[in-house]
Amino acid sequence: MPHYEPWSEARAREVINEFAHLEGPLMPMLHGIQETFGHVPEEVVPMLAETLNQSRAEIHGVITFYHDFRHEPAGRHVLKLCRAEACQAAGGDALAAHAEDRLGCKLGETTADGRVTVEPIYCLGLCATAPSAMLDGRIVARLTERRLEALITEAQS
Amino acid sequence: MTVRLFIPKDACAIACGADEVVAAIEAAARKTGTAIEIVRTGSRGMLWLEPLVEVETADGRIGYGPVTEDDVYGLVAAGLFQGGAHELRIGKPEEHPFMAKQTRLTFARCGIIDPASYTDYCRLGGYKGLERALQLGPAEIIEEVKKSGLRGRGGAGFPTAIKWKTVADAKDDRKYIVCNADEGDSGTFADRMIMEGDPFQLIEGMTIAGLAVGATKGFVYTRSEYPHAIAAMAKAIEVARQHGMLGVNIAGSQHSFDMEVRMGAGAYVCGEETALLDSLEGGRGTVRAKPPLPAHKGLFQKPTVINNVLSLVAVPHILADGAQKYADFGMGRSRGTMPVQIAGNVRYGGLFETAFGIPLGELINDIGGGTASGRPVKAAQVGGPLGAYVPTWDFDLPFDYEEFAKRDALIGHGGIVVFDDTADLAKMARFAMEFCSVESCGKCTPCRIGSTRGVELMDRIMRGERREANLAVLTDLCHTMKLGSLCALGGFTPYPVMSALKHFPEDFGAAPRTLEAAE
Ligand SMILES: Cc1cc2nc3c(=O)[nH]c(=O)nc-3n(C[C@H](O)[C@H](O)[C@H](O)COP(=O)(O)O)c2cc1C
Ligand code: SF4
Ligand code: FES
Repeated sequence: MPHYEPWSEARAREVINEFAHLEGPLMPMLHGIQETFGHVPEEVVPMLAETLNQSRAEIHGVITFYHDFRHEPAGRHVLKLCRAEACQAAGGDALAAHAEDRLGCKLGETTADGRVTVEPIYCLGLCATAPSAMLDGRIVARLTERRLEALITEAQS
Repeated sequence: MTVRLFIPKDACAIACGADEVVAAIEAAARKTGTAIEIVRTGSRGMLWLEPLVEVETADGRIGYGPVTEDDVYGLVAAGLFQGGAHELRIGKPEEHPFMAKQTRLTFARCGIIDPASYTDYCRLGGYKGLERALQLGPAEIIEEVKKSGLRGRGGAGFPTAIKWKTVADAKDDRKYIVCNADEGDSGTFADRMIMEGDPFQLIEGMTIAGLAVGATKGFVYTRSEYPHAIAAMAKAIEVARQHGMLGVNIAGSQHSFDMEVRMGAGAYVCGEETALLDSLEGGRGTVRAKPPLPAHKGLFQKPTVINNVLSLVAVPHILADGAQKYADFGMGRSRGTMPVQIAGNVRYGGLFETAFGIPLGELINDIGGGTASGRPVKAAQVGGPLGAYVPTWDFDLPFDYEEFAKRDALIGHGGIVVFDDTADLAKMARFAMEFCSVESCGKCTPCRIGSTRGVELMDRIMRGERREANLAVLTDLCHTMKLGSLCALGGFTPYPVMSALKHFPEDFGAAPRTLEAAE
C-alpha cells in the first residue's frame, strides 16, 4: 500500500524547489506533489503560480487537463483495469463488469469503505498478454477472473 | 562454475510473473548449492512465452517458457541449469520460427543484453553509428538518413531527413531533440520494449540527431503508464554520462549533448507532437496550429526535431551499416524494417520486426497463430485507436504506408489488435467515438462536440432507434470530423467508425450479409 504524507506547506515547498532548476518544471512538480501527498491539494495552486510567475487559473487549467492528477485522495488501494482495444479483444469487458460487481462501484469510483478506488486505464503496453491491470503500481498481465479476484481480495485487505 | 541465466525485466515479463520466477530460481539454486548469476535483460518479443528463462550452455543460450514460479522446482530437477530437456524447453530462442523469420535491426540486441550495461551495448555494435556520424559531420549525416528512405514511425510516415534538414538550416542559439515516446496506441509496445531492453540505442540515435542539426539538449517524453521504461531510460542516461557519451565533449569530441526523461500524465493527445511540446513546457496538452512547424518554432519556441522512438533508433544502424543496406529492405516508398506489434486476441502475440511489404494476414494467421480463443478471426484494428478495422477479406494488404492508405487504413505505429468473431464492431465504433471525446484537447468543435454527438448517435443506432436516419447523420458527422479537425485525433476517429460500419453493417443492425446476398 502506498504511503503518503499529510499536507504540509513546508514539505510542498521542498518538493517544488527540488524541480525548480528544470526547463519546463511544472509537470515534474505536479508529479512530485502527487507522489508525496497522494493527490494535488488545492493549496499548491497559489504556491506554483507564484513560483512560476503564472496565474492561478493557468496552473489550475494544467492540473485539470491531465487524467492522472487527483484533486482528492484516492482509496487506500488503486486498482486500474485496462479498457483499451487490445484488452477488450481479450475479454476485458467481462473482467471490468466483474470488478464493478464485486466492489459495488463503477470504474472511476471508490468503494464506500474507502478501501479501493477502481479506475479505467488506457493501455499499459502489455497488449500481447492482455487483459492487463495495475494494482498500486504493480502490473499484472494475462488477467483472468481468478487472478482479478485475487487482486480484489488483496486490495480489500 | 557459475551458471548464467537470463530473465527479462521487461514490463510484460514482470506482469507475467518474471520477478517471482527469479526469486524461485534463486531459492532453488541455494537449495541445490548451485552458483548462479541472473542477468535481467529486455524481452526477445515472443511475449506469449514470457517469462522466458534462458540459460547459457556450451552450445549457446537455451530458452524455457512460459515459466511460472510453480514450474521452477520441476525445471531445476529436469536440469534447467545444464539446458536439460523439459516440456517448456524451446531450444535456442534465435532459432525459434518466430525469431528466425524476422529481420532484426532495431531489435537486434533486445532480450540479449543487459540494458544497463554500456559494455554489452558496445560489444554488440553499439555506438558504431555515432562514431561514423562524428566523422561525417551534419550535412552528410542528413544525407545518409535521406538515402536510407527512413520515414517517421510515429504514425504519419513523414521523411525524417527533411525534418532534420529544416532544423539544421534554422538559425538559433538553442535547438532541441525531442523523442516522442508517448506510445498511447492500444496494441503497441515497441517503444516501451526498446526503452526497457536497449535504451542506449535511443540515446545514440538522439545524440546523432543532435549532431546533425546542432542541438545540445534532448528530452524523452513518455507515459506515466510506463514506469519500468522510465526507470530503464534514466539509468542508461546516467551510465552514458559516466562513460562520457552524454554531457560535454561526448565520445572525446568537441560536441556536447545531454538529455532527460519526462513523464506525461495520462493524456493520449499528448502523443500529438505539438501537444507534447506544450506539455513538456508545462502547459495543457493542446494541439498547436501549424505553421509554425516545430522544426522552426518548437519547444520553448526553438527549432526542434521531434521524432518517434523507432525513427530515432533506426538511425544508428543507418549510420553504422550505410544507408543503402537499410534502404534495401522494404517496398515502394516504405523502406527499411518495421517492428510490428501483434496483440489482442492472438495466440502468439509479440514483436515481429520485418521488412515492409509482408501481408497483414501472414502476420495475423501464420506468425500470430490466429486467435487465442481458438475462434475465427473477425477483424484486426491496425494503427491504434485511430486506425481502421480491417476485415479478413482484406488481409492480403501488404504492410506498406501507401497500400494501407489506398484502402482507407493506416499502419500508424505498427500495432495490430486481433478480434475474434464474438467482437461487436458497433460497440468498437462507439468506443472509438467515446475515446475521442474523452481525450479531445478541446481546441476544435468537430472533435470536441462531434465525438460526444457521435457517442449519442451510436447509442441510438445500437438501440435500433431510427437506424437509417441516424446512420446517415453518423456518416455525415464523420465526414465533418475528418475535414474539420485540426489534428488526427478528431480527423482519424472516423476511420475505425466508418470501417466498422462499412465492413460489418450487420453489427449496426443491418440484415445479415448472407441474407442480403440471397436477395
Ligand atoms: C492524437 C495523436 C496521438 C499521437 N501519438 C503519438 C505517439 O504516441 N507517438 C508518436 O511517436 N507519435 C504520435 N503521434 C504522431 C506525432 O504527432 C508525430 O507525427 C510524430 O511524433 C512524429 O515523429 P516521426 O516523424 O518520427 O513519426 C500522434 C498524433 C496524434 C494526432
Ligand atoms: S482534433 Fe481534437 S485533439 Fe485535435 S486539435 Fe482538434 S480538438 Fe484537439
Ligand atoms: S490495450 Fe490493454 S495493455 Fe494495451
